[in-house]
Amino acid sequence: MLRVDNTACIGCGLCEEECSFGAITVVEGIAVVGDTCTLCGACVDICEAGALRIEEAREKAAGSDLSAWSGVMVYAEFRNGRVAPVAIELLGIGRELADQRKVSLSAVLLGSTLGDAGRELVAHGADLVIQVDDPALAHFTDEAYAGILEDIIREKKPEIVLAGATAIGRSFIPRVASGLAAGLTADCTGLSIRPEDGALLQTRPAFGGNVMATIVCPDTRPQMATVRPRVMKVLPADPDRQGEIVTHVPAASRLSPRARVIRSVAENIDKVNICEADVIVAGGRGLENEKGFALIRELADTLGGAVAASRAAVDAGWISYPHQVGQTGKTVCPKLYIACGISGAIQHVVGMQSADVIVAINKDPEAPIFNVATYGIVGDVFEVVPQLIRQLEKRKGR
Amino acid sequence: MKIVVCVKQVPDAKDVRLDPKTNTLAREGVQSIMNPYDRHALEEAVRLVEQYGGEVVALTMGPPQAAEMLRDAVACGADNAVLVSDRAFAGADTWATTYTLSRAIRTIGGCDLILCGKQAIDGDTAQVGPGLAWRLDLPYATYVRKVVDCSAEGLTVERLMDDGYDEVILPLPALLTVVKEINEPRVPSLKGKMKARKLQVTVLDAAAIGADPACIGLAGSPTRVVKVFSPQLAGDRTMITGTVEEQAAQLAEKMEALL
Repeated sequence: MLRVDNTACIGCGLCEEECSFGAITVVEGIAVVGDTCTLCGACVDICEAGALRIEEAREKAAGSDLSAWSGVMVYAEFRNGRVAPVAIELLGIGRELADQRKVSLSAVLLGSTLGDAGRELVAHGADLVIQVDDPALAHFTDEAYAGILEDIIREKKPEIVLAGATAIGRSFIPRVASGLAAGLTADCTGLSIRPEDGALLQTRPAFGGNVMATIVCPDTRPQMATVRPRVMKVLPADPDRQGEIVTHVPAASRLSPRARVIRSVAENIDKVNICEADVIVAGGRGLENEKGFALIRELADTLGGAVAASRAAVDAGWISYPHQVGQTGKTVCPKLYIACGISGAIQHVVGMQSADVIVAINKDPEAPIFNVATYGIVGDVFEVVPQLIRQLEKRKGR
Repeated sequence: MKIVVCVKQVPDAKDVRLDPKTNTLAREGVQSIMNPYDRHALEEAVRLVEQYGGEVVALTMGPPQAAEMLRDAVACGADNAVLVSDRAFAGADTWATTYTLSRAIRTIGGCDLILCGKQAIDGDTAQVGPGLAWRLDLPYATYVRKVVDCSAEGLTVERLMDDGYDEVILPLPALLTVVKEINEPRVPSLKGKMKARKLQVTVLDAAAIGADPACIGLAGSPTRVVKVFSPQLAGDRTMITGTVEEQAAQLAEKMEALL
């Protein structure tokens, strides 16, 4: 709990200003802590009078042997006959972390008819691949996947475990972490090693992206994190890279989960999954109707990109929900994001602000979308976009 | 069928604004609301009970003012409401939260089904549902967009995947986390509002749920927030001006350089 030393507090209000959660108010010259305090510690750092401290409710269980845990492990998601792109990205950052810690990098591969997937993981940086290739794993089930991964983690004792923040990773990794009583940070966008003690610094957006938080697991191992797709850099494949591929034999009980998948239906929502697209053209209320999206689609086709939308456009029924970007939709991180007729409400911005380059086209020069844009054009989408398509076609033709 | 719906009080995202100058969270006038996804979970629970009979219990862990949200839940169809509240729960991460919620659910005699929203819009972790299922040793499915059937064999549901959906059958008791596509939540009925007004919210503190002090709040949390800061937005924009043709030509040139 956050304690205020009333004799030391000078009522300067720095903490009140610093608090992102509105939890501190200065009343009659003394800081008072409210119920919205999340114990983040930002106020403790800013306080010049040394009047604030976070009091732990008990002494930490000393002597839990953290040094018994070593190595970085990546869960390599495999679905529909291929390794998920995020798994390759995780090997990139995993390699970096492992090298800094001077430990090995392993990958866990679960599924059925894995083929050469293990080799692919070695080529992208894994020293060791632990795989289970079993028809019982053809469909993803939380219990089976979590049970097997938990067993492998207990056996190998990695200090860090990373998985993609995908529908699968976000579903079963919390179960693994619970079983191991390990700390888990969701949706990380940044990972690094703290030089002083080698702890994993896990940075993630919270409050719909309005706040970034860095999180550590001081007393528990492994340190677990799910990582957003398309954030980490891929290590180029080296086919000559050496690594070991071993098979893990799971206990039979692990292969009979209570929840069973009856069928798996692929819904080809678009030519490209927007979470994996390099280029996204997105439309909002400014497109006025469904026909407006035909124009957006045309631009997307010209650029070989995917179509996305703001919540306003989805709610209006102009395009389906899987295309929605933002707080209640998907988070995307393309190389290029073109926002057409999107005002840029924070709920939308948090879903696309990590794009490398953002282009905003909007009639309203005051639209907040311009605040996050790399390039902005104040103008009518229905005039600018057709011109843009023409220009792009012209360049292509050259 | 006894259904527990886990609900959370969160700041209303509509009111949360980014101050363009200081790039900090403008928090004045930010209202507390029921997490939007939890509203869909509640609606689904009420519909299931309307169809198959039983009761809906809205459960939350939070400060005393979260009782207001529970009244809202009752107005929208929940039969009962339980508030798990204690200063000792402050600073809980998802691990300590699932411990606390699981103790509370055991304290109220368990249930046949637990429904949660897919995630809360403040933390966005999506970890409490799966973690709670592990605590209570329940099968679960996340991102459920449709409950297809409820039979002796269990619940058949459609759960969203990144590339489509899976149809899953789960024996009860079980836990589901739901997405907003699952239903359209109703507005409170007059009868519901009357009931909400008269409602006695059951309040459980740490002692009432028999919580181990080492497992709750900050002490029970394996993760620690060490730094909170504002995200850096790109901001350094270039406005492209001129006639429409000129604008399009300049933009096309810049795009070509990127791709």
